[in-house]
Order: sequence, then structure tokens, then C-alpha cells
Amino acid sequence: MAELPKHQEDLSLDTFVRGLWKENPVFVMLLGMCPTLAVSNSAINAISMGLATTFVLAGSGALISWLRNWIPKQVRIASYIVIIATFVTIVDYAIQAISLDLYAALGAFIQLIVVNCIILGRAEAYASQQRLVPTLVNSLGIGAGFTIALFALGSVREILGSGTLFGLHLFGAGFQPWVVMVLPPGGFFVLGAWLLLFNWIKQRGERRADAPTGVPANAR
Amino acid sequence: MHAESLPSIFLNAAIVNNFVLAMFLGICPFLGVSSKKETAWNMGLAVIFVLLVSSASAFGINWLLVNLELEFLRLICYIAVIASTVQLVEMFVKRYSPALFRSLGIFLPLITTNCAVLGLALFQTQKEYDFIQSLVYALGAGAGFTLALMLMAGLRERLALARVPNVSQGAALTLMLAGLLSLAFMGFAGLGGSHG
Repeated sequence: MAELPKHQEDLSLDTFVRGLWKENPVFVMLLGMCPTLAVSNSAINAISMGLATTFVLAGSGALISWLRNWIPKQVRIASYIVIIATFVTIVDYAIQAISLDLYAALGAFIQLIVVNCIILGRAEAYASQQRLVPTLVNSLGIGAGFTIALFALGSVREILGSGTLFGLHLFGAGFQPWVVMVLPPGGFFVLGAWLLLFNWIKQRGERRADAPTGVPANAR
Repeated sequence: MHAESLPSIFLNAAIVNNFVLAMFLGICPFLGVSSKKETAWNMGLAVIFVLLVSSASAFGINWLLVNLELEFLRLICYIAVIASTVQLVEMFVKRYSPALFRSLGIFLPLITTNCAVLGLALFQTQKEYDFIQSLVYALGAGAGFTLALMLMAGLRERLALARVPNVSQGAALTLMLAGLLSLAFMGFAGLGGSHG
């Protein structure tokens, strides 16, 4: 991986946008599954987690990109981890200061941002090779993609599991909440359902694009 | 919490609050190396070893940091210890079993970013377990991880022969299966108290 040519990417809209869909960390790259599943039991938890992760992504990405010529190759992973852990500690203390309720709801998963593969993956694949500004923009894009994915999961689970969205009741008193959705199995089911939906959309698109040849759609 | 008996800690970590299926720790290797039973078993053993070593070191570090009043460095120190333990395991496996080294591939160094390992260190600190309790907790967590991995690998080996709709192949189906397993493990809830 280290032998890749250091192609400097020019800053463009795509630098940001591809994190949202084409390289969406959760739905496309299947990274960062643990926090995705664990804290997506309500929309507000999901969004807070997304924002916290975005901050760590952007902060560590910027620092790593800035220091990229000084970090020796042999110890780069260890250096990245230490930088990431520093930013996570900042977020950890910041959330504790802002809202104790939120801190209790997210629990250990704030500190576990350190081992979120998305961040280390970005550090290795992007920040260590690119200039500061594109790295920052790209990190924000990936973070936004992560937040959107978390929100997609969190809102579905909250609506089905407790009949609310951001704590507001959506249905009348007759609604019987699907408790399973806010419990651990619900996380797996909802994420699986989203992936099914995206697979289906992608396959339909591919079938339309090359209908005559009929290339197997799940070649990836 | 100190009064908690050792068997109850073990059962709690392995079954009731299974690290993978109930607490969502270590999902990446769970989805990544669960396609063959043999690889899953070896991965489980490697993770148990890393869990034990890092649990013991985390206990020592925590004691040191609390005495020096440097608790804010806890996260950084834990992750450094875990990374070096994983490096050790990697060198050991590479030296003594190159075949295993190849079959585990990228997932061996990725044990560093296995949330189960860091999660365990953080939880044992949070629960204020003593040294023996921490080790039992680590063993339970590792056993639970291996159990979940083996169950999943067994299911997926059978499923490889089944005809499933095209859209659901790959990650989507694996996640659905994990959901069903997790549902099954919920049957154990209440056996050993809640996690804190």
C-alpha cells in the first residue's frame, strides 16, 4: 500500500461528495460496523455519534496530513493511533461536559471511536498522502456519509422500536412498538435490510445499463 | 460489583452479554473471518490470547495511572499496549504457523482495531474488577467471541451450498443471520444481571 504513487488530488466537489454515496463508509465499504450497530437505537444517539466521529476524522486527518512528511514509515500506524486517541480523548471530555445524558447513552462507544476502522483506514489511505485541505474536505465528506448512514439506521429503529422520532411521538396510542428493533437484533436486521435495498437498486441499475450482455450483477 | 462471583462474571461475558451479539463489539472480524470454521476457530484463539494479555496489562496500567493521577492518558496507553500485544501475536503466528498467518491475512493485524479488545479494557476499568476478575472477564469475553464466530461460520458453511436470491448474497444475508443469532442469545437475558 505504501508504494502507491503520491498522486496529489485536486480539490473538487467530488472530494467531498463521494464520501456520501460512492464511498459511503457504512453501506458501501462496510467499515465501522460496531458503533454503527451499537448506538443507532435512536436518531439522536446516531447523529451525536456521527458528529463525534466526524470531528475525530477531520481533526486526526488534518494533523496526519500536516505531519505526513515527518512520520517515519515503520511506525506510522502506531503514530496514527496515538493521534486518533488524542482527538478521541478530546471528544470524550467535551461530550461529558456538554451533556451527561448523552454521555451515558453512548457509553463506552465514544472511547471506542479510537478503534473505528473508518478513521484508521482514512488515515492510511488518504491523509498520509494528500495535502491538508483536500484531506479535511474528504474527511468531512466521509464523516457526513457516516452520519447519514447512522441516521438512516437510527431513525428506522427508533420509529419502529419506540414509535418516536427525536423523542416526538409519531403514532397514536394504539401503536404497538416493535421492541426488538431497539434491542441488539434490530440493529442487525435494519442494517441488513438497508443493504438489501441498496443491492437491489444497484443491480437494477446495472441490469438497465447492460441489459443485452447480462453481466452478473454481484460481481463485486 | 466486587462481590460478583467468578462463574457469574464468566457466564455474563460469554453468553448473557455476549460481546459480539449483544454488545456489538468485534463485528468486523465477526463478518470478515466467519466463512470457514477452521479459520474462525484460530481467529478465536488469537483473540482470546490478546484479550488475556491486554486485560492483564490494562489492569496494571490503570493502577499506575490512577496512582499518578493521569487518568486522561488511559485511552492512549491502553491502545498502545493492545497494539504491541497484537504485534507480538502476529510475529509468533508468522514464525510458528505460516499457513495460519496466510489464512487470517489482514484480520490478524486488525485485531488491534477489534473493539472487543479495547472495549474489554474499558469495561473492566469501569466495573472496577480486581486482577483475577479481570482475567476471568477476558476469558469469558474471548469464549463468547469464539462461540459467536463458530456458530456463524457453521451457518455460513451450510449456506454456501444453498440457493439464495441474488440480491441477498454477501453482507446483507450475513447481517440477517447475525440478527437471528442475536435474537437467540437474547433468550439468555436475565440469567446473569445486566451489564453496566
